[in-house]
Amino acid sequence: MKSALQKENRSTTASVNETPAKPQEYVAPEVNIFENKEGYVLEAEMPGVNKDGLELMLEDDELTIIGRRHSEPLPGDVLFCECPKADYRRVFTLDPAIDKSRISAKMEQGILTVSLPKSEKVKPRKIVVD
Amino acid sequence: MNSIMRWTPSARWVGLERLNDLRNEIDRLFEAPFADLARVSPLLSGWTPALDMHEDRDNIYVRVELPGMKREEIDLQLHDHTLTISGERRAENKEEDAEVYRAERYVGRFQRSVQLPRPVDVAKVKAQYRDGILTVTLPKAEEAKPKQIEVKVG
Repeated sequence: MKSALQKENRSTTASVNETPAKPQEYVAPEVNIFENKEGYVLEAEMPGVNKDGLELMLEDDELTIIGRRHSEPLPGDVLFCECPKADYRRVFTLDPAIDKSRISAKMEQGILTVSLPKSEKVKPRKIVVD
Repeated sequence: MNSIMRWTPSARWVGLERLNDLRNEIDRLFEAPFADLARVSPLLSGWTPALDMHEDRDNIYVRVELPGMKREEIDLQLHDHTLTISGERRAENKEEDAEVYRAERYVGRFQRSVQLPRPVDVAKVKAQYRDGILTVTLPKAEEAKPKQIEVKVG
């Protein structure tokens, strides 16, 4: 039984190379991960992030998802403040069976859906018996 | 034994039938009222969206994080001084043969109510849903706006 997206780091601090000032704090988005015959589907909740604020990076077998919020602060004085202001970041280790060239993603109303299809040769195949 | 007695289980354990009553009472306590309470109270219902509220001279602004919903599925009500946001979050990609590795996203009904600090003009309330964030702008009722009082000399 394959273990798919194995380890991931929850909220991490990562420093931005250009500004050595203070490291950026991130928050981990909540995710759903499914596997079906075609491959894996990952859904990440990142309200306040649109397509332009998304960074998806693939390095070896690690997929890093960063979502930068774009919403301007509300005008006026603060009465309640519960929405997190930090950007989102989460890292996943991919199953080597995933065909990296066919990974696709779409972003809708704050939900990022990433499709990670498995390579053809790894899919279960019927073997015909003569 | 000359007489045959009808066998009643609890009669053999004198006094323990009272425990059965206790158990029934506890069941009753947890059944109806608790379920209602869970539906209405944010403390017990498990998930409510995060909410920011700001106020300036003319408006009250409320921002709620509600990713993955459709505009028409969000229910917004204003009653007296209370704004209530409710709806149901559905699971999208539901396939029978899919194996689930993580299911962190909340699915189900939610409800959140906030008290507004000032009266607002209901007819002019605007709401916008974009990138999973619902922003509600509530213009204050005229009498609630701060007024400049002119001081006359003499």
